[in-house]
Amino acid sequence: MKAVGIPVAQELNSVITIAELGRLLQILTERGYELIGPTMRDGAIVYDQIETLDDLPAGWTDEQEPGRYRLHRRTDDALFGYAVSGQSWKKYLHPANIRLWSANRQNTAFHILNNEPVRRKRYAFIGVRSCDLSAIAVLDRVLLEDRQQDHIYAARRDEVFVVAVQCIHSVSTCFCASMGTGPQAKGGFDLALAEILEPGEHRFLIQVGSEAGREILLLLASRNATEEDERLAHAALTHAAVIQTRRIDTTDVRDVLLANFDHSHWDDVADRCLTCANCTLVCPTCFCTTVEDTIDISGNHAERWRRQDSCFALEFSYIHGGNVRSTAKSRYRQWMTHKLASWFDQFGSSGCVGCGRCITWCPVGIDITQELQAIRGKAENANP
Amino acid sequence: MQLIDPASVDVPMLPVPFTVRSLVRETYDTFTFSLEPLNRSNSQTFQPGQFSMLWAFGIGEIPVSISGNSADSSSLTYTVRSVGQVSKALVHLKPQESVGVRGPFGTAWPVKEACGKDVVLVAGGIGLAPLRSVIYHVLSNRDHYGRLIIIYGTRTPRDLLFRKELAQWAKQPRTNVLTTVDSSGLSWRGHVGVVTNLFRYAQLNPSNSLAMICGPEVMMRFAARELETRGLPSPAIYLSMERNMKCAIGFCGHCQWGPHFICKDGPVFPYNRIRALTEHHEL
Amino acid sequence: MQTLEHIISEHPFFVGLNASDLHLLAGCAKNVVFPPAGYILKEGEEANQFFLLRQGRVALEIFSPNRKPAVIETLGPGEIMGWSWLLHPYHWKFHARAIEQVRAIALDGKCLRKKCEENHDLGYELLKRFAKIIEHRLEATRLQLLDVYAAH
Repeated sequence: MKAVGIPVAQELNSVITIAELGRLLQILTERGYELIGPTMRDGAIVYDQIETLDDLPAGWTDEQEPGRYRLHRRTDDALFGYAVSGQSWKKYLHPANIRLWSANRQNTAFHILNNEPVRRKRYAFIGVRSCDLSAIAVLDRVLLEDRQQDHIYAARRDEVFVVAVQCIHSVSTCFCASMGTGPQAKGGFDLALAEILEPGEHRFLIQVGSEAGREILLLLASRNATEEDERLAHAALTHAAVIQTRRIDTTDVRDVLLANFDHSHWDDVADRCLTCANCTLVCPTCFCTTVEDTIDISGNHAERWRRQDSCFALEFSYIHGGNVRSTAKSRYRQWMTHKLASWFDQFGSSGCVGCGRCITWCPVGIDITQELQAIRGKAENANP
Repeated sequence: MQLIDPASVDVPMLPVPFTVRSLVRETYDTFTFSLEPLNRSNSQTFQPGQFSMLWAFGIGEIPVSISGNSADSSSLTYTVRSVGQVSKALVHLKPQESVGVRGPFGTAWPVKEACGKDVVLVAGGIGLAPLRSVIYHVLSNRDHYGRLIIIYGTRTPRDLLFRKELAQWAKQPRTNVLTTVDSSGLSWRGHVGVVTNLFRYAQLNPSNSLAMICGPEVMMRFAARELETRGLPSPAIYLSMERNMKCAIGFCGHCQWGPHFICKDGPVFPYNRIRALTEHHEL
Repeated sequence: MQTLEHIISEHPFFVGLNASDLHLLAGCAKNVVFPPAGYILKEGEEANQFFLLRQGRVALEIFSPNRKPAVIETLGPGEIMGWSWLLHPYHWKFHARAIEQVRAIALDGKCLRKKCEENHDLGYELLKRFAKIIEHRLEATRLQLLDVYAAH
C-alpha cells in the first residue's frame, strides 16, 4: 500500500526489541513481500534481497569523502550505523534493464506479443533513509504524477512496504539537513525505526506512518515509548544532523544557475569531469532511460528493451549527424542545471535530495555543493 | 504467448501496426508515404504540427512529423528523408508492408490563433513537410484566414519538395509562394540565396500576421530574428524544435532543452517563450 | 515620369542624404536596361558602376574548372548590386546575368570615387551604407556556407 503520511505528533510511538524486529521481517515475508535491505558485499553496503536480521551489516559503519568510500568496524552492534552507499531504491522501482515487449513478423505484418511487461512486484524496503524517502517522492512526481504514468514504476511502487530508518550517523558527503530532506524521516513510510543503542538494551523506537504500518505493528510485541526512549532517539538524530559539514544554500538556486549559463566556472569543472556518468548512476532521482531494439537472426522476432541511460553519454543528445552536447562542459552543466534548477520548472521541486552519493562516487571527487558555491561566488561550507 | 488485440492497447510505448497504402518519391532521398491502420478501429486523428514515432521492425524508431491532411482520419502521411538506419528502412517500404506507429505526440501549430490573420509559413528543407498540414488546413478553411504566404528555401533545385503542389498553391486566392535555393545551376530561374532574403518580397503586414517556422535550427533562429526586425511580435512567431527522442512521452529525458521536454512541451513553441534558449550553445 | 534625382532620393539606400549630395549622385546616374539572359557585368572586368535594381532579377554566378557553373545569389528589385567600384583593385568578383529583362539605375563609379575623395563627408555616408549591405550579404552567405539542408 502506498504509504500515506500520518503526522508524527498524532501517534504515540512504540518500542520493540531486536528480536521483534526480526519477527517483523518474518511477518512481512509470510505476507508475500520480497525483503530488500542493506547488506555487505564486495566492501560496500548494497541493497539486495535479505531474509533475516543476520543479513544486515551489524556493527559496520562507513567513511565517505569525495571519491572515497570505506567500511570500518564499529565498537557497537548497530544494525543501521552507516549512511547510504552507491545504490538507491531506484534499483527496484525503476529497473535498469527491462523488456518492454516483443513482436513477431509474418511476411509483411507484425504482431506485438503480450510479455507481461508490468508484472506487479511486492517489495518491502527495509532501512530507507530520509533522503531516499524524498528521492522516492521525487520519482513519484516524475513518473506517476505528470501527464503520463510509467506503468513499470507504478506496478512496483503501488505495493511497496516501506520500513524507514532514522539516521544515527552522517558521513562528510551528506547534506540532507541543508536541503530540508533529512536526516529525520517525517513521512512517506509505513513504519519508521529509530535505533537506540543503549548497552544491554539495544532497541528500536517504532513510528507508524500508515494504516498498513499500524496493522503490522499490532502483530508485534511492543511497549509504549517512554520520554527516555524519545530523548535517546532524538539525540541520535540531532547528532546525525549537526555533524554534517556540507550544505547547499537553497535560496534562489534555480535563478542563480539559470542566470549563470555562461559562467567561467563550467570550464573549470569540465577540466576535471570524466563524463563517466557515475553521478547519474548513483543519484536516486536520475531517471533517464533509452530504448534498444533488437532482432533475432531469423529476422522475424524483435524485442524492445528499456535501459538506464545518462545525460553524460556522448550520444545522449545525438541528432542530425552530431551531438548537441558534445563537450564535457555542456554535459556537466546539463546535469547540474537540470538537477538543481530546471527540475523546479518541470516538477515543482529540486531534483536533489542531499544524499551526497554523487560526491562520494565521483572518481575525481567533484562536489556539487562546491561547484554551486563557486558559481555563486561566496563561501558557504562550514568546514570544507 | 497471447496476441494483444491492437484495438485494446492503450499503452503509449506499444507501436500500433499500420500498413503502407502508397509511396511517392519526392526527390532522390526523400519519400512521402501514407499509412493506414491494420485494424480500422485504430484510426488516428492528429493536429498539424504533431509527430508520430515510426518503428521499422527490429531496427528502431524515429520521430517523424505528420505531413498530411488533418481532416482525413483514414490515413496518416509522412515525408521522410533517408539519412540513417531507420529512415533508410522506412523509405524502402513497399505497399502493404507494416510499420509500427505510436502517437500522435506533441504540441500543434497554432491554427486557431492564426484565424483572421495573415499566415506566414517559413520552411527550410524538409521543414516544409510539417508545415504542409497547415497549408491543407488553411486552404480547406480559406475564409477563416487572411493571406497565406509560403516562404520556402532548400539546398538546390533538385531538393525541392512537393513541386506540383507548390505550383497549385501559388494559384490559390490570396496565396503567395516564394521559393529559393542555396545554390543552383544556370538553368534555374528562381531565387538563389538564404530564405530570409525572400521576406522583402512577401509584403508582410506585421501587425496582423502569425508566422510558423520549420527547418534546421540555425535557419529558424535567423528567420525568427528577421521577422522580429520586420515588426512581427515574438508571441506571433512559432518554431518547431527538434531533439533526440526515445520515448516521446516525457520519461526518457533525451529531448530536454533547458526546462522543456520537446516531446510534450513542444515541438511547437512561441518564440517569446524560447528566444533565450535558441541563443545558448550546446543546450 | 519621375526624375532620376527623385527616384534616388526615395530609395532606402539613399535616405538621409542631404539635397546637395543627392543632386551630386543624380549627376552620376543614368537609366539602363538589360535584355534577358544578357550579362550585366563579368568577373575580372573593371568595376565602374553600381546599380540600383528597379525591375527584374539578376543571378550572380561563379565558375570553377572542376564544377558546374553555379548561381550563388539572385538579387531583385530594390536591391543594390556591386560594390567593387569602391575598393581597389576595382574589378568585379562575379558574373551578373539578367534572368529576365532588368531595368536599373547605374551610377558611375569612377565619377563617384572622385567626388568621395574630394568630399569625405559624402564618402563616409556612402561607405556606411555599403558596409550595411556587405554585412547583410556576409551574414546570408555564412548561412549558405553552413549548408544547413545537407544530409549528414
